[in-house]
Amino acid sequence: MSKDVVADLKRDYITRLLAKGMRSDGRQFDEMRSLKVETNYIGSAQGSALVHLGDTTVVVGVKLILGAPFPDTPNTGVLTTNAELIPMASETFESGPPDQTSIEVARVVDRGIREGHAVDLEKLCLEPGKQVWIMFVDVHVLDYDGNLFDAASIGANAAFKTAMVPNKAAGLGEDVPLPVKHQPISITVVKIDGKLLVDPTHDEERVADARLTVATIETGNLCAMQKGLDGAFTLDEVLKVVETSSRIGAEIRSKL
Amino acid sequence: MGGAPTDLKLIDERGLRLDGRRPDEMRPLKIEAGVLNKADGSAFVEWGMNKVMAAVYGPRECHPRHLQNTERALVQCHYNMASFSVEDRKRPGPDRRSHEISKILSEALTHVVFTEYFPRTSIDVYIEVLQANAGTRCAGLTAASVALADAGVPMRDLVASVAAGKVANTIVLDLGKEEDNFGQADIPVGYVPRTDEVVLLQMDGDLTREEFDKGLHMAVGACKKVYEVQRDALKRRYSARAEGQEEGA
Repeated sequence: MSKDVVADLKRDYITRLLAKGMRSDGRQFDEMRSLKVETNYIGSAQGSALVHLGDTTVVVGVKLILGAPFPDTPNTGVLTTNAELIPMASETFESGPPDQTSIEVARVVDRGIREGHAVDLEKLCLEPGKQVWIMFVDVHVLDYDGNLFDAASIGANAAFKTAMVPNKAAGLGEDVPLPVKHQPISITVVKIDGKLLVDPTHDEERVADARLTVATIETGNLCAMQKGLDGAFTLDEVLKVVETSSRIGAEIRSKL
Repeated sequence: MGGAPTDLKLIDERGLRLDGRRPDEMRPLKIEAGVLNKADGSAFVEWGMNKVMAAVYGPRECHPRHLQNTERALVQCHYNMASFSVEDRKRPGPDRRSHEISKILSEALTHVVFTEYFPRTSIDVYIEVLQANAGTRCAGLTAASVALADAGVPMRDLVASVAAGKVANTIVLDLGKEEDNFGQADIPVGYVPRTDEVVLLQMDGDLTREEFDKGLHMAVGACKKVYEVQRDALKRRYSARAEGQEEGA
């Protein structure tokens, strides 16, 4: 109840600023927050990245273990993505089994990585039908100020770039770099009062009407998309978000 | 979106698809409204080989109570696949995919329901996929809209939904099972015809921006046809009732 009142007040504040062409943190509508990525942050993981996107902080850890492939894809490694939205990161997160929010984050991040072929999963097959590498991508949110989709997607791509396949520990020879293929970067835009804003903060997310995440690869092609929240987009708005996301995604990719 | 087995031709020399459809042709769609007795509203959709039932209960007391909103109703969608609905038996109960679909369908429907009329309540929408053959979230959303209208829930409009996609380098409408499995991209779209707005949009696969643009417009165009079938189902239901051929549910 009290949170709704705050959201109403915030909405008022945010929309009044937007009407003047401003965001509460001074950014342009199509401007990402500052991005800092530190790779190989976790020694016990095969690949990892600590991502600061504005005041949002996530750690992405990549672990590889040996296991059996799925029967319908005997020649490819297995990709599993999970997101932990732990209470430490925000008063809005609760402990317990994953809720719809964290499942959506995990699945949207997974879709970007999988459909954009971030990792060549066929190269993670050791013996067709018998033994493959199972790659776990775990997103751990430490500090939540909005836009987990992009922070996690950037973190996963950064982690892949430095990740090693642990052949040695498994008695399979020397460790080799993870077979990275593409870099699918997702960019999220929210709509507030008819305005389209890139990389929303938590406050902006709380008052947003609709959200659209678009993942693109180096070719400029689209590989994944997810619309969220109760609001709607016009067709023109969808195409505008696609244009903005590809442009900003390319900028981010060049920095990784 | 896996690679196609080499012997599978998703589009033949005549430009026709596995089931003989043209690229911009939808599978046959049949909708019947008011098919269940206990539910406040219901609809059954047969769409190609998909069979999807939707039922609506509410507005009613919101459980769990901490989810209650003092200003509006909560639209809670529950998408579920029957264990026998797919080739291999599906483990019963919700998985991550169904959680995600439930969430995005709830959001899409919330946009068209006048939730402010029913503070503190829940409008529960149950979607059961009895037979699945690609496109079940679109079929579910299409059925749920009709079920909500059948329940008399005040709405701005119905949501119509269909997917576009890419198979064998061609943009096609309403992917079938093999096209979904071996195609190159899938774009499920939920659309509100009266306001010309998109309320559900996902995409996976590989598309250029031009291809996406084409697919999106193809899906939206087809949503307008789905909408006609939805309206027709409601008209049949209520003209039948007006003539006293069917007792009220």
